[in-house]
Amino acid sequence: MNKCFKPTRTVLIAVGSFNPPTNMHLRIFELAKDFLQKNDHEVLGGIISPVHDQYGKKGLVTAEHRCSMLKLAVETSNWVNISEWETQQEGWTRTAESLKFYKKALNDINSEFDWAKKIQAKMLDKEFPLNINLKLLCGADLIESFAVPGLWKDEDIEDIVSNYGLVVISRSGSNPQQFIYESDLLTRLQRNISIVPEWITNEISSTKIRRALSRGESVRYLTSDSVIDYIQTNRLYIQ
Amino acid sequence: MNNCFKPTRTVLIAVGSFNPPTNMHLRIFELAKDFLQKTDQEVLGGIISPVHDQYGKKGLVSAEHRCSMLKLAVETPNWVNISDWETQQEGWTRTAESLKFYKAKKIQAKMLDKEFPLNINLKLLCGADLIESFAVPGLWKDEDIEDIVSNYGLVVISRSGSNPQQFIYESDLLTRLQRNISIVPEWITNEISSTKIRRALSRGESVRYLTSDSVINYIQTNRLYIQ
Repeated sequence: MNKCFKPTRTVLIAVGSFNPPTNMHLRIFELAKDFLQKNDHEVLGGIISPVHDQYGKKGLVTAEHRCSMLKLAVETSNWVNISEWETQQEGWTRTAESLKFYKKALNDINSEFDWAKKIQAKMLDKEFPLNINLKLLCGADLIESFAVPGLWKDEDIEDIVSNYGLVVISRSGSNPQQFIYESDLLTRLQRNISIVPEWITNEISSTKIRRALSRGESVRYLTSDSVIDYIQTNRLYIQ
Repeated sequence: MNNCFKPTRTVLIAVGSFNPPTNMHLRIFELAKDFLQKTDQEVLGGIISPVHDQYGKKGLVSAEHRCSMLKLAVETPNWVNISDWETQQEGWTRTAESLKFYKAKKIQAKMLDKEFPLNINLKLLCGADLIESFAVPGLWKDEDIEDIVSNYGLVVISRSGSNPQQFIYESDLLTRLQRNISIVPEWITNEISSTKIRRALSRGESVRYLTSDSVINYIQTNRLYIQ
């Protein structure tokens, strides 16, 4: 019997505020893709899903601005897409719910969503079922936030890790392996957690960019020029 | 007597291989400018002066390529300019000689009032690694270090983990001239380096968002750094 080995079809998704988007947000997609493709995954595409305004973080600019900036940030990317789905719901959506929605849409050949169509278009053979896996791309801070009391429902953590999987970008100074070790749940599900080392570390964060902007300091080369122009034109983050 | 305070007119210059140029190379100009403008220095502009091919580092691509990539890197409306002067000399030029040449050139375009003498200060922009290389036996002439620091000045970008202040403390020469050395802390640290970019490229890995898309396209079109 001839058994052809087929790589696992995977889509990466990142959630968050993106307030504003930074080069780091885009860089982690690149790192994750390189890593997974060396580990028998076919990475079909990426999705950035910004959070609903109702998430309520201090200083969060409107979804309209955040989506506009994100679209500018991925303009030159041929595989990462923006989805406004979360921002268009009634209120804030739990990550587990978002993942359920996205996985279903990606595997629906009749999906009307742009990002789903673009990603499906990348498949070389469109056999049914599409068998597209969705993995949550994140930093060590997200996995460590699982320990914050009340922040996550235990059943959501189990759902996210077992039914989807995590791709965790790990920079020196963070230790996601230790965090997994200290959690019985994550240890049990560790085969679904990929740790991707970030050797060319950078500490760009939206918080630092907002701080610099409020101080009138340059943020060039920390995010794309088009995002910076947008911020200046719309007078965002000035105070 | 009316004594108008005028900020010191300063131009920043960075030298090196730029093999290839990275976002870090451009970022340090931004950090230095923000810092100096808060300390009463009017930053007129910046110069990137790539080294001559004869510098001989392993894997150094031709000056033509490096200058092309640098021009792409600073393409978007910018205050930093590329000078191919070093690359066009007979051979490698000592940093002190380069500084002497550039200072004499007098970058005039950006000055609001063109009084004479032009009084433009030229400062060498660098990382802590350059200042620490002063201690490497035989790498620098002592008189060049003295010349560079006293007649021009250094702007040193310091990231966590490096300690240029300690290095200055341990050097009598640099301690004596410390008023000419500005240490600019880099709070949003990044460890992008040309070496790491070359390594990633030789391994077929992505370097997007570590340098500009136009530089990446150039590298791919010209098949640089593949092995």
